Amino acid sequence: MDGFAQEATGAGGDGFGTLEDGFITLDGLEKVFQVRRRAGLLRRERHEVRAVDGISFQVARGEMVGYIGPNGAGKSTTIKMLTGILTPSGGSLRVAGIDPSRERTRLAHRIGVVFGQRTTLWWDLPLRDSYRLMHRMYRIPDGRYRENLDRCVELLDLGELLEVPVRQLSLGQRMRGDIAAALLHDPEVLYLDEPTIGLDVISKAKVRQFLKELNVERGTTVLLTTHDLTDIEQLCRRVMVIDHGRLMYDGSLAGLHEVGESERMLVVDLERELPPIELKSDGSGPGLRAVKVEGPRQWLAFPASASAAPLVARIAAQYPLMDLSVREPDIEAVIARMYRAAP
Amino acid sequence: MAETVAVRSGEGQGPEPVGFAYEERPRLLEGLRAYGLIVAMWVRSTMAYRASFVMTTFGNLAVTAFDFLTIVLMFTHVDALGGYTLPEIALLYGVSATAFGLCDLLLGSMERLGRRVRDGTLDTLLVRPVPVLAQVAADRFALRRIGRVVQGLAVLVYALATLDIAWTPLKVAMLPVMVISGAAVFGAVFVCGAAFQFVAQDASQVQSAFTYGGATLLQYPPTIFAKDLVRGVTFVVPLAFVSWLPTLYVLDREYPLDLPQWVAFLSPVVAVAFGALAGLAWRAALRTYRSTGS
Repeated sequence: MDGFAQEATGAGGDGFGTLEDGFITLDGLEKVFQVRRRAGLLRRERHEVRAVDGISFQVARGEMVGYIGPNGAGKSTTIKMLTGILTPSGGSLRVAGIDPSRERTRLAHRIGVVFGQRTTLWWDLPLRDSYRLMHRMYRIPDGRYRENLDRCVELLDLGELLEVPVRQLSLGQRMRGDIAAALLHDPEVLYLDEPTIGLDVISKAKVRQFLKELNVERGTTVLLTTHDLTDIEQLCRRVMVIDHGRLMYDGSLAGLHEVGESERMLVVDLERELPPIELKSDGSGPGLRAVKVEGPRQWLAFPASASAAPLVARIAAQYPLMDLSVREPDIEAVIARMYRAAP
Repeated sequence: MAETVAVRSGEGQGPEPVGFAYEERPRLLEGLRAYGLIVAMWVRSTMAYRASFVMTTFGNLAVTAFDFLTIVLMFTHVDALGGYTLPEIALLYGVSATAFGLCDLLLGSMERLGRRVRDGTLDTLLVRPVPVLAQVAADRFALRRIGRVVQGLAVLVYALATLDIAWTPLKVAMLPVMVISGAAVFGAVFVCGAAFQFVAQDASQVQSAFTYGGATLLQYPPTIFAKDLVRGVTFVVPLAFVSWLPTLYVLDREYPLDLPQWVAFLSPVVAVAFGALAGLAWRAALRTYRSTGS
């Protein structure tokens, strides 16, 4: 799965932000919020929150980058500065050569934005009306609009939803509707803020497949924030980790697993209760150890960068295996380990 | 800039040309166009439920009609209020109600801004390529609010039909001018109120005090109010220019605060100046927007 994803998304961009002509360029970007807190009956204390604390990176045209980090790390704040919603407190920022907060409406023609938490569609109107309004608002040429809409309707399965008011759509349907809305005007950059949050497995797969094709076929630059490492695994060659407003890591996902020494979990159901399974690493692959045993079910940890297949084969050869599943490490755990690894 | 040009002509790295011609256009015109687009969409969607629209509009009309009926009832017991007769008050009322009704019809949705700022949904308006003010003003445009305009006009017609005015060309011209500049002054108050909602996010009631409160105030002659209040609405929030001064000119009545006669002609000037001021306030406020956590 890993290898497939990396090959499939390798269409655009030739490096990890080493290109000089960065399409998105951040240099020491900062956002400081003044927060006033109650400190007594009338007295209020002012203090600063550095939501983004000096972030620099470059994204080349056609790259697809994952931007991850725990809650409150500064992901959304960065995206909001990249779209011009928020004005940076310091540092510099260019998207397609435009300073977002100074020329927000000009930039709007060239970017698409999808907020997982809220819709950009008109809540009480059918999808079709929202799209029609976008058509006029963005001054999309008629032919282009029809072509793009047809493509989105087909690939995102929106055909039967066009006449339904947005408030009646399910979360997954709404998300697909939102993604289509963000793409009608052929944006060069697409920002996705938690695009798969709360979606079921099928909707997630549909959305990922669509984004993958968009990136390959249209060369659209994609920057997505997510909590779901699977999104990154299947879509992005490059991942950036941010925490406390600082860039902690910028590189490949495999490298992140190495830095974070993260582990995946193999959950096996055996025919009967057995002592904890332990495999030593040998020439054919890495080892694995049981971290939890509950009757015939055992939780076995192994390095996230390793392939599960040989391990499963070895277990199946030695133990009476009934069923199994693989659990991906969550991002918080990876980052927590990263901290421990790099003091 | 060179890069932008390359992209537009399809020489970018993408396999297909990306983006299309985008020209810089005057913001005011862009705003009006966007306003028109959004309003047209809401009117279309309202008309999908025609019966419901007709009923709510009549409801709106009836409620505002009762408003004037209370004044009529009052006059069954007195002959004059603050030295003004019923038709004279009807003229004050008609001008103020029509001006406010027009403004409420066009900009009434701005009241909801505070909620958008609070819950962060303003974000979605900021990523669209048209001015945010136009989007906020046109959001959920409610055609039923036209009821108030109809009622105001009806009272105005009644006043003009019963009053015995020595008409001059200037007085005739004054009528539409004061209604329109009145609506503009109310509009500026709406925009200022909206700007204030960025700072104090549940301040829509403060705004209502000026808009609804102001409209009610102007429906009565200035002679019945305290001097300081009259001074306030003339010089601080220039609501007095909406109907009091121009209407008093049409009626050949004495001005409050011993103002000279020519100030009645200032109403369009005041409207434009106050509008520009409101625009600046809005810009400054939008820059302070901090969105929400996620």
